[in-house]
Amino acid sequence: MDKKVIINEERCKSCELCVDVCPKDVLRISERLNPKGYHPVELFDNEGCISCGFCFLICPDAAIVEVRRPVKVKK
Amino acid sequence: MKTLYKMPEAITERPTTYCPGCPHGVAHRIIAELLGEMELTKKAVIVWPVGCSVFGYYFIGTDAVEAAHGRACAMATGIKRAHPESFVITYQGDGDLASIGIAETIHAAARGERITVIYVNNGNYGMTGGQMAPTTLLGQVTTTSPYGRDARANGFPMKVPEMLATMDGPVYIARAALDSPKHIIQAKKFIRKAFNAQARDLGFALVELISSCPTNWKMTPVEALERIKNEVLPIFPIGEMKVNEGVA
Ligand SMILES: Cc1ncc(C[n+]2csc(CCOP(=O)(O)OP(=O)(O)O)c2C)c(N)n1
Repeated sequence: MDKKVIINEERCKSCELCVDVCPKDVLRISERLNPKGYHPVELFDNEGCISCGFCFLICPDAAIVEVRRPVKVKK
Repeated sequence: MKTLYKMPEAITERPTTYCPGCPHGVAHRIIAELLGEMELTKKAVIVWPVGCSVFGYYFIGTDAVEAAHGRACAMATGIKRAHPESFVITYQGDGDLASIGIAETIHAAARGERITVIYVNNGNYGMTGGQMAPTTLLGQVTTTSPYGRDARANGFPMKVPEMLATMDGPVYIARAALDSPKHIIQAKKFIRKAFNAQARDLGFALVELISSCPTNWKMTPVEALERIKNEVLPIFPIGEMKVNEGVA
Protein backbone atom coordinates (compact mmCIF):
# COMPACT_ATOMS: atom_id res chain seq x y z
CA MET A 1 0.00 0.00 0.00
CA ASP A 2 1.13 3.56 -0.65
CA LYS A 3 2.36 5.53 2.34
CA LYS A 4 -0.37 7.33 4.27
CA VAL A 5 2.02 9.91 5.66
CA ILE A 6 4.47 11.63 3.30
CA ILE A 7 7.54 12.91 5.13
CA ASN A 8 10.15 15.36 3.86
CA GLU A 9 13.10 14.05 5.86
CA GLU A 10 15.32 17.00 4.98
CA ARG A 11 13.03 19.43 6.81
CA CYS A 12 12.57 17.33 9.96
CA LYS A 13 14.25 18.66 13.10
CA SER A 14 13.55 15.61 15.22
CA CYS A 15 11.38 17.53 17.70
CA GLU A 16 9.29 14.38 18.32
CA LEU A 17 6.00 16.28 18.60
CA CYS A 18 4.42 14.07 15.91
CA VAL A 19 5.61 10.92 17.69
CA ASP A 20 4.06 12.24 20.89
CA VAL A 21 0.61 13.11 19.45
CA CYS A 22 0.24 10.01 17.26
CA PRO A 23 -2.68 8.06 18.79
CA LYS A 24 -1.58 4.78 17.16
CA ASP A 25 2.18 5.05 17.78
CA VAL A 26 3.08 4.39 14.16
CA LEU A 27 5.81 7.06 13.94
CA ARG A 28 9.33 6.91 15.38
CA ILE A 29 12.62 8.75 15.21
CA SER A 30 14.85 6.93 12.73
CA GLU A 31 18.53 6.04 13.01
CA ARG A 32 19.33 7.95 9.79
CA LEU A 33 20.81 11.44 9.73
CA ASN A 34 19.54 14.22 7.48
CA PRO A 35 21.76 16.98 6.02
CA LYS A 36 20.99 19.22 9.00
CA GLY A 37 22.25 16.55 11.37
CA TYR A 38 18.87 15.55 12.81
CA HIS A 39 17.41 12.05 12.96
CA PRO A 40 14.26 12.41 10.84
CA VAL A 41 10.96 10.85 11.83
CA GLU A 42 9.69 7.80 9.93
CA LEU A 43 6.37 6.02 9.51
CA PHE A 44 7.24 2.44 10.48
CA ASP A 45 3.72 1.02 10.55
CA ASN A 46 1.75 2.18 7.52
CA GLU A 47 -0.98 -0.42 8.13
CA GLY A 48 -1.55 0.84 11.68
CA CYS A 49 -1.87 4.50 10.60
CA ILE A 50 -5.46 5.80 10.68
CA SER A 51 -4.71 8.98 8.64
CA CYS A 52 -5.92 11.19 11.51
CA GLY A 53 -3.53 13.98 10.51
CA PHE A 54 -2.47 14.85 14.06
CA CYS A 55 1.20 14.64 12.99
CA PHE A 56 0.52 17.07 10.14
CA LEU A 57 -1.26 19.51 12.44
CA ILE A 58 1.44 19.57 15.13
CA CYS A 59 4.50 19.58 12.82
CA PRO A 60 6.12 23.04 12.96
CA ASP A 61 8.54 22.43 10.08
CA ALA A 62 6.41 21.34 7.15
CA ALA A 63 8.19 17.97 7.37
CA ILE A 64 4.88 16.08 7.37
CA VAL A 65 3.99 17.15 3.85
CA GLU A 66 0.82 15.21 3.23
CA VAL A 67 -1.58 12.78 4.93
CA ARG A 68 -3.66 10.44 2.77
CA ARG A 69 -6.37 7.86 3.24
CA PRO A 70 -6.83 4.79 1.05
CA VAL A 71 -10.07 4.79 -0.96
CA LYS A 72 -12.09 1.65 -1.51
CA VAL A 73 -12.17 0.70 -5.17
CA LYS A 74 -15.56 -0.59 -6.36
CA LYS A 75 -15.26 -3.77 -8.37
CA MET B 1 -5.37 7.47 -2.05
CA LYS B 2 -7.36 10.52 -1.03
CA THR B 3 -5.40 13.52 0.27
CA LEU B 4 -6.70 14.72 3.63
CA TYR B 5 -3.99 17.21 4.59
CA LYS B 6 -1.42 18.85 2.35
CA MET B 7 1.13 21.63 2.87
CA PRO B 8 -0.39 24.84 1.49
CA GLU B 9 1.20 26.41 -1.57
CA ALA B 10 2.20 29.61 0.21
CA ILE B 11 4.65 27.71 2.45
CA THR B 12 8.01 28.03 0.69
CA GLU B 13 10.66 25.36 0.16
CA ARG B 14 13.03 27.15 2.47
CA PRO B 15 13.54 25.39 5.84
CA THR B 16 12.67 27.61 8.80
CA THR B 17 15.28 29.10 11.12
CA TYR B 18 13.28 28.12 14.23
CA CYS B 19 14.48 25.77 16.95
CA PRO B 20 13.14 22.19 16.88
CA GLY B 21 9.55 22.09 18.16
CA CYS B 22 8.95 25.87 17.96
CA PRO B 23 5.27 26.49 17.16
CA HIS B 24 5.99 29.55 14.99
CA GLY B 25 5.96 27.10 12.06
CA VAL B 26 2.46 25.90 12.97
CA ALA B 27 1.20 29.50 13.03
CA HIS B 28 2.79 30.03 9.59
CA ARG B 29 1.06 26.96 8.20
CA ILE B 30 -2.36 28.04 9.47
CA ILE B 31 -1.96 31.51 7.92
CA ALA B 32 -0.75 30.04 4.61
CA GLU B 33 -3.66 27.56 4.53
CA LEU B 34 -6.27 30.26 5.13
CA LEU B 35 -4.74 32.63 2.58
CA GLY B 36 -4.97 29.80 0.05
CA GLU B 37 -8.50 28.73 0.99
CA MET B 38 -9.81 32.32 0.99
CA GLU B 39 -7.89 33.20 -2.20
CA LEU B 40 -6.03 36.02 -0.51
CA THR B 41 -2.41 34.96 -1.12
CA LYS B 42 -1.91 37.33 -4.05
CA LYS B 43 -3.47 40.28 -2.20
CA ALA B 44 -1.70 39.64 1.09
CA VAL B 45 0.98 41.87 2.57
CA ILE B 46 2.44 40.47 5.77
CA VAL B 47 4.20 42.88 8.10
CA TRP B 48 6.87 40.82 9.88
CA PRO B 49 8.23 41.77 13.30
CA VAL B 50 11.55 41.82 15.05
CA GLY B 51 11.94 38.57 16.95
CA CYS B 52 12.46 34.95 15.99
CA SER B 53 9.97 35.34 13.12
CA VAL B 54 11.98 38.22 11.61
CA PHE B 55 12.73 36.07 8.54
CA GLY B 56 9.06 35.11 8.10
CA TYR B 57 8.97 36.44 4.55
CA TYR B 58 11.29 33.58 3.56
CA PHE B 59 8.79 31.04 4.87
CA ILE B 60 5.40 32.35 3.67
CA GLY B 61 5.50 33.42 0.04
CA THR B 62 3.46 36.63 0.00
CA ASP B 63 4.35 40.28 -0.39
CA ALA B 64 5.93 41.43 2.83
CA VAL B 65 7.64 44.20 4.71
CA GLU B 66 9.80 44.09 7.78
CA ALA B 67 8.81 46.49 10.55
CA ALA B 68 11.05 48.10 13.13
CA HIS B 69 10.62 46.44 16.53
CA GLY B 70 6.99 46.85 17.68
CA ARG B 71 5.87 49.07 14.83
CA ALA B 72 4.05 46.48 12.74
CA CYS B 73 0.55 47.88 13.38
CA ALA B 74 1.72 51.38 12.43
CA MET B 75 3.24 50.14 9.17
CA ALA B 76 0.20 48.01 8.46
CA THR B 77 -2.01 51.07 8.94
CA GLY B 78 -0.07 52.96 6.27
CA ILE B 79 -0.09 50.07 3.83
CA LYS B 80 -3.80 49.39 4.26
CA ARG B 81 -4.75 53.05 3.89
CA ALA B 82 -2.59 53.52 0.80
CA HIS B 83 -3.67 50.18 -0.72
CA PRO B 84 -7.15 49.42 0.61
CA GLU B 85 -7.46 46.53 -1.84
CA SER B 86 -4.57 44.67 -0.19
CA PHE B 87 -5.00 42.21 2.67
CA VAL B 88 -2.70 43.34 5.46
CA ILE B 89 -1.62 41.05 8.28
CA THR B 90 0.85 41.73 11.06
CA TYR B 91 2.68 38.81 12.65
CA GLN B 92 4.13 39.72 16.04
CA GLY B 93 5.67 38.19 19.14
CA ASP B 94 4.73 39.15 22.68
CA GLY B 95 7.88 41.19 23.20
CA ASP B 96 7.22 42.98 19.94
CA LEU B 97 3.47 43.58 20.35
CA ALA B 98 2.92 43.83 24.10
CA SER B 99 6.14 45.54 25.15
CA ILE B 100 7.86 47.92 22.76
CA GLY B 101 4.87 48.02 20.37
CA ILE B 102 1.93 48.26 22.77
CA ALA B 103 1.17 51.90 21.90
CA GLU B 104 0.99 51.18 18.16
CA THR B 105 -1.19 48.15 18.82
CA ILE B 106 -3.69 49.88 21.07
CA HIS B 107 -4.04 52.91 18.83
CA ALA B 108 -4.47 50.81 15.69
CA ALA B 109 -7.21 48.92 17.56
CA ALA B 110 -8.83 52.15 18.80
CA ARG B 111 -8.84 53.55 15.28
CA GLY B 112 -10.42 50.34 14.03
CA GLU B 113 -7.83 49.91 11.29
CA ARG B 114 -8.82 47.25 8.76
CA ILE B 115 -5.85 45.04 9.58
CA THR B 116 -5.45 41.56 11.04
CA VAL B 117 -3.00 40.96 13.87
CA ILE B 118 -1.55 37.53 14.63
CA TYR B 119 0.03 37.75 18.05
CA VAL B 120 2.26 34.83 19.04
CA ASN B 121 2.76 34.70 22.80
CA ASN B 122 5.56 32.43 24.00
CA GLY B 123 5.98 34.18 27.35
CA ASN B 124 9.47 35.55 26.76
CA TYR B 125 11.79 37.33 24.32
CA GLY B 126 12.80 34.28 22.31
CA MET B 127 15.26 35.71 19.85
CA THR B 128 17.44 37.57 22.34
CA GLY B 129 17.79 34.66 24.75
CA GLY B 130 14.67 34.37 26.89
CA GLN B 131 14.33 37.64 28.80
CA MET B 132 11.15 38.43 30.75
CA ALA B 133 8.27 39.73 28.61
CA PRO B 134 5.06 41.51 29.69
CA THR B 135 3.39 38.08 29.33
CA THR B 136 5.82 36.12 31.53
CA LEU B 137 3.88 34.28 34.25
CA LEU B 138 4.32 35.11 37.94
CA GLY B 139 7.06 32.91 39.34
CA GLN B 140 8.47 32.10 35.90
CA VAL B 141 12.25 32.07 35.78
CA THR B 142 13.82 33.93 32.84
CA THR B 143 17.27 35.41 32.33
CA THR B 144 16.01 38.77 33.67
CA SER B 145 13.83 37.30 36.44
CA PRO B 146 16.28 34.72 37.81
CA TYR B 147 14.26 34.24 41.02
CA GLY B 148 10.97 34.06 39.16
CA ARG B 149 8.71 36.95 38.13
CA ASP B 150 7.64 38.82 41.26
CA ALA B 151 4.47 40.94 41.05
CA ARG B 152 5.82 43.58 43.41
CA ALA B 153 9.00 44.13 41.40
CA ASN B 154 7.94 43.18 37.86
CA GLY B 155 4.18 43.60 37.71
CA PHE B 156 1.60 41.16 36.43
CA PRO B 157 1.33 39.26 33.12
CA MET B 158 -0.47 41.34 30.51
CA LYS B 159 -3.60 40.04 28.79
CA VAL B 160 -3.79 41.93 25.52
CA PRO B 161 -6.99 40.42 24.03
CA GLU B 162 -8.98 41.10 27.21
CA MET B 163 -7.74 44.68 27.14
CA LEU B 164 -8.55 45.30 23.47
CA ALA B 165 -11.96 43.66 23.79
CA THR B 166 -13.10 46.60 25.91
CA MET B 167 -12.54 48.98 22.97
CA ASP B 168 -14.93 49.92 20.17
CA GLY B 169 -12.49 49.69 17.24
CA PRO B 170 -11.88 45.93 17.19
CA VAL B 171 -14.53 43.69 15.65
CA TYR B 172 -12.92 40.34 16.44
CA ILE B 173 -10.63 39.45 19.36
CA ALA B 174 -9.72 35.92 20.41
CA ARG B 175 -7.12 33.74 22.04
CA ALA B 176 -6.18 30.25 20.86
CA ALA B 177 -3.32 27.87 21.69
CA LEU B 178 -0.91 25.81 19.62
CA ASP B 179 -0.35 23.02 22.15
CA SER B 180 -2.44 20.20 20.66
CA PRO B 181 -4.04 19.17 17.35
CA LYS B 182 -7.47 20.04 18.78
CA HIS B 183 -6.41 23.55 19.78
CA ILE B 184 -4.61 24.05 16.47
CA ILE B 185 -7.84 23.28 14.58
CA GLN B 186 -9.63 25.78 16.82
CA ALA B 187 -6.90 28.37 16.23
CA LYS B 188 -7.51 28.08 12.50
CA LYS B 189 -11.25 28.66 13.04
CA PHE B 190 -10.51 31.80 15.03
CA ILE B 191 -8.02 33.15 12.51
CA ARG B 192 -10.52 32.53 9.71
CA LYS B 193 -12.94 34.87 11.50
CA ALA B 194 -10.19 37.44 11.97
CA PHE B 195 -9.49 37.24 8.23
CA ASN B 196 -13.22 37.61 7.52
CA ALA B 197 -13.20 40.83 9.54
CA GLN B 198 -10.78 42.39 7.08
CA ALA B 199 -12.03 40.66 3.92
CA ARG B 200 -15.51 42.08 4.69
CA ASP B 201 -14.12 45.51 5.62
CA LEU B 202 -15.50 45.35 9.16
CA GLY B 203 -12.54 46.49 11.26
CA PHE B 204 -9.57 45.55 13.40
CA ALA B 205 -9.06 41.92 14.41
CA LEU B 206 -6.51 40.23 16.63
CA VAL B 207 -5.89 36.59 17.53
CA GLU B 208 -3.42 35.70 20.24
CA LEU B 209 -1.78 32.31 19.83
CA ILE B 210 -0.36 30.78 23.00
CA SER B 211 2.92 29.26 21.94
CA SER B 212 5.97 27.69 23.54
CA CYS B 213 9.71 28.36 23.55
CA PRO B 214 11.37 25.00 24.31
CA THR B 215 14.91 26.40 24.02
CA ASN B 216 14.49 29.28 26.47
CA TRP B 217 12.11 27.41 28.75
CA LYS B 218 14.87 24.75 28.85
CA MET B 219 12.44 21.95 28.10
CA THR B 220 11.92 19.39 25.35
CA PRO B 221 9.29 20.42 22.79
CA VAL B 222 6.87 17.87 24.26
CA GLU B 223 7.40 19.14 27.83
CA ALA B 224 6.95 22.72 26.64
CA LEU B 225 3.52 21.94 25.17
CA GLU B 226 2.61 20.18 28.45
CA ARG B 227 3.57 23.36 30.30
CA ILE B 228 1.20 25.38 28.12
CA LYS B 229 -1.65 23.07 29.08
CA ASN B 230 -0.82 22.93 32.80
CA GLU B 231 0.56 26.38 33.59
CA VAL B 232 -0.15 28.91 30.84
CA LEU B 233 -3.75 28.21 29.80
CA PRO B 234 -5.15 28.58 33.36
CA ILE B 235 -3.79 32.17 33.35
CA PHE B 236 -4.40 32.89 29.64
CA PRO B 237 -7.71 31.12 28.93
CA ILE B 238 -8.67 30.28 25.36
CA GLY B 239 -11.76 31.85 23.85
CA GLU B 240 -13.33 34.59 21.80
CA MET B 241 -13.41 37.89 23.68
CA LYS B 242 -15.19 39.99 21.08
CA VAL B 243 -17.21 38.84 18.08
CA ASN B 244 -19.06 41.57 16.24
CA GLU B 245 -21.85 40.81 13.83
CA GLY B 246 -20.76 39.63 10.42
CA VAL B 247 -17.37 38.08 11.17
CA ALA B 248 -18.51 34.48 11.71
C1 LIG C 1 14.37 48.87 18.86
C2 LIG C 1 14.88 47.54 19.26
N1 LIG C 1 14.96 47.19 20.56
C3 LIG C 1 15.40 45.98 20.93
C4 LIG C 1 15.76 45.05 19.99
C5 LIG C 1 16.26 43.69 20.43
N2 LIG C 1 15.32 42.61 20.24
C6 LIG C 1 15.38 41.79 19.18
S1 LIG C 1 14.23 40.58 19.22
C7 LIG C 1 13.61 41.14 20.68
C8 LIG C 1 12.46 40.45 21.40
C9 LIG C 1 11.54 39.65 20.57
O1 LIG C 1 10.68 38.91 21.38
P1 LIG C 1 9.23 38.49 20.90
O2 LIG C 1 8.55 39.63 20.24
O3 LIG C 1 8.53 37.89 22.09
O4 LIG C 1 9.44 37.40 19.77
P2 LIG C 1 10.09 35.94 19.81
O5 LIG C 1 11.53 36.12 19.49
O6 LIG C 1 9.85 35.38 21.19
O7 LIG C 1 9.36 35.18 18.75
C10 LIG C 1 14.32 42.26 21.11
C11 LIG C 1 14.06 42.96 22.39
C12 LIG C 1 15.65 45.42 18.62
N3 LIG C 1 15.97 44.55 17.63
N4 LIG C 1 15.21 46.65 18.28
